[in-house]
Amino acid sequence: MKIRLDTIVKTFDTFRAVHGVSLEIGSGELVALLGPSGSGKTTILRMVAGLEYPDEGAIFFGEENATDIEVRHRGVGFVFQHYALFPHMTIGENIAFGMKVSKTRRSAAEITERVADLLRLVQLDGLKDRFPAQISGGQRQRVALARALAVDPKVLLLDEPFGALDANVRRDLRRWLRKIHEELGITTLFVTHDQAEALDLADRVVILDKGRIVQTGTPEEVCRAPENAFVMNFLGDANRLKATVTAGRASVNEITFDAAGVPDGPAELFFRPADIIWREDGAGIPAVILRVIDRPDSKRILAVTADGQHVEFDTAPEFPFRTTARGTLEILRPRVFSITPA
Amino acid sequence: MTTSRTRRPPRIGEKPVFRNTLIAVVLVLVALVIVAPLAIIGVQAFSKGAAFFAKSITDRDTVHAIWMTALTALIAVPINTIFGVAAAWAITKFDFPGRRLLLVVIEIPFSVSPIVAGVAYLFVYGLQGLFGEALQSADMKILFALPGIVLASLFVTAPFVARELIPLMQAQGRDLEEAATSLGASGWRTFFSVTLPNIKWALLYGVILCNSRVMGEFGAVSVVSGNIRGQTNTLPLHIELLYHDYNAVGAFAAASILASLAIVTLIAKVALERRGAGRIRRPALTGPALAGPKLETTEPGISQP
Ligand SMILES: Nc1ncnc2c1ncn2[C@@H]1O[C@H](COP(=O)(O)OP(=O)(O)OP(=O)(O)O)[C@@H](O)[C@H]1O
Ligand SMILES: [Mg+2]
Repeated sequence: MKIRLDTIVKTFDTFRAVHGVSLEIGSGELVALLGPSGSGKTTILRMVAGLEYPDEGAIFFGEENATDIEVRHRGVGFVFQHYALFPHMTIGENIAFGMKVSKTRRSAAEITERVADLLRLVQLDGLKDRFPAQISGGQRQRVALARALAVDPKVLLLDEPFGALDANVRRDLRRWLRKIHEELGITTLFVTHDQAEALDLADRVVILDKGRIVQTGTPEEVCRAPENAFVMNFLGDANRLKATVTAGRASVNEITFDAAGVPDGPAELFFRPADIIWREDGAGIPAVILRVIDRPDSKRILAVTADGQHVEFDTAPEFPFRTTARGTLEILRPRVFSITPA
Repeated sequence: MTTSRTRRPPRIGEKPVFRNTLIAVVLVLVALVIVAPLAIIGVQAFSKGAAFFAKSITDRDTVHAIWMTALTALIAVPINTIFGVAAAWAITKFDFPGRRLLLVVIEIPFSVSPIVAGVAYLFVYGLQGLFGEALQSADMKILFALPGIVLASLFVTAPFVARELIPLMQAQGRDLEEAATSLGASGWRTFFSVTLPNIKWALLYGVILCNSRVMGEFGAVSVVSGNIRGQTNTLPLHIELLYHDYNAVGAFAAASILASLAIVTLIAKVALERRGAGRIRRPALTGPALAGPKLETTEPGISQP
């Protein structure tokens, strides 16, 4: 089922949480809504689910305008960040709940069989008679997913599904979710504030800032071609140097970089910590090493340029230089964004 | 170091003298203020023998008073239970203007003396009151009759159920209800299959407290009932009447019924508190701080035994 959001606006009291968001999610696509806390991800997801109504704009499921359809008739599966399993029901009863309340009558035997199938799908066979309090967080989240899938949703919506879990369980669960998605092919929209999670899992990433979409694209597109400083910063560690653009060239400390398409005037040059080559001498921006931090697979170097700007970069563990060493920085893959007046 | 340890000043109450005195004072106070009066009720009620006790209890007016009290409770408690659940549901599951105000208004009966409530009803429904004439011409008797007693009891006990439910339902949040509706459940279905099972102990707790207050209410009811012996007297009012009649044993016998009710209430209350109702808050079962045994954390991809 294709989903289309058409300039959705949502205001809480006086606070506008979502500013005219338009988005199209293809049938069977797995899309991540990624953004910092408070950027409106949950609000958008809840509007798609029908748990919240937009003030303006429309939501289409396929060709049908679903804006005013109630949650219970919308046919979405919603997975909550904190699972929201019914604590007084066993795992089996939790999964069966949607089928029991549905208009399409199913026999008890049918329901039992489907519950067993779903438990197998989420790899929890044997836990049918436990209560939610008796299983781990990762298991609870899988039960929540099974419960949402039980009603054959047209769309699967997940709000920070792995947010409350520890790093290892998270990583395993998202690979597993990807697998389930490939098996079932349900159009899926999930919310996260974890860049790695979004890039790891999604076909397409939608990056939000303050209730607006700042970039949409495949993980490759948003990583390799961030369209603005926010995306560059948000997706990972980034260095920032003041620069001046004249006629498509950005200059930093008398070194110039390509800045085609950036208007003349003050700008910022961004680059990743891995994109630096340190030399004892040679062409580049002169700098002094301030600190060396050891990491399991690399060294992180903190340095300061001749004009007092701080830079961090990663090197191989064998990097021989120490604090106060002088040298030059060659910047690979720089990106220049003009400073938009605030 | 050892010297400084022995010279360490005692923590508050650590000195045996202090501790023992404090405990003794509390025990004596409890005995004098709470236990002794209750014991006296029992002793006095039977002071002229079991036969006299039975006779007092089965006295026509006493039986009528018991009946009035039971009838009032039978009407007022269900109404206030429904009101309490509805109010708690509205306040915790919906956003609407005036939500906070409603929260405060519900608590008013707790801070107003019951006699004030009684007098207020007098002003509204009394002969000289706002609706007095209209009611009289319609030949409806509210004051000095059962409806008045029920109304006054309703006022006094309105907050009991809501007050037990609101904090619990607030802690539980809306996730469970939202999950149920997103799975296709109707409002009623959500309430009966999801909300109610999670609040049942707190609800019962509120109902029991509400009931014991309805049955024991004196102030508000005494203003609106008119104290007509054998007609509008509830048990607490009847006890006072018997006492003024110098029928101390009769009064104590009747009082022993209310005292037994209190004991039953107390036992039920303790039993319910063990199940997590009342002041001891349950952990929010929807939250991440789920207080349950963490059995195992399995890697996904590995089947459970
Ligand atoms: N019911 C509400 N009433 C008032 N303001 C709200 C409500 N829900 C959300 N907001 C506000 O809307 C903004 C966006 O909230 P939202 O929950 O969508 O953010 P989010 O991107 O999901 O953040 P997080 O990553 O922290 O979950 C926030 O500033 C929040 O305070
Ligand atoms: Mg959120």
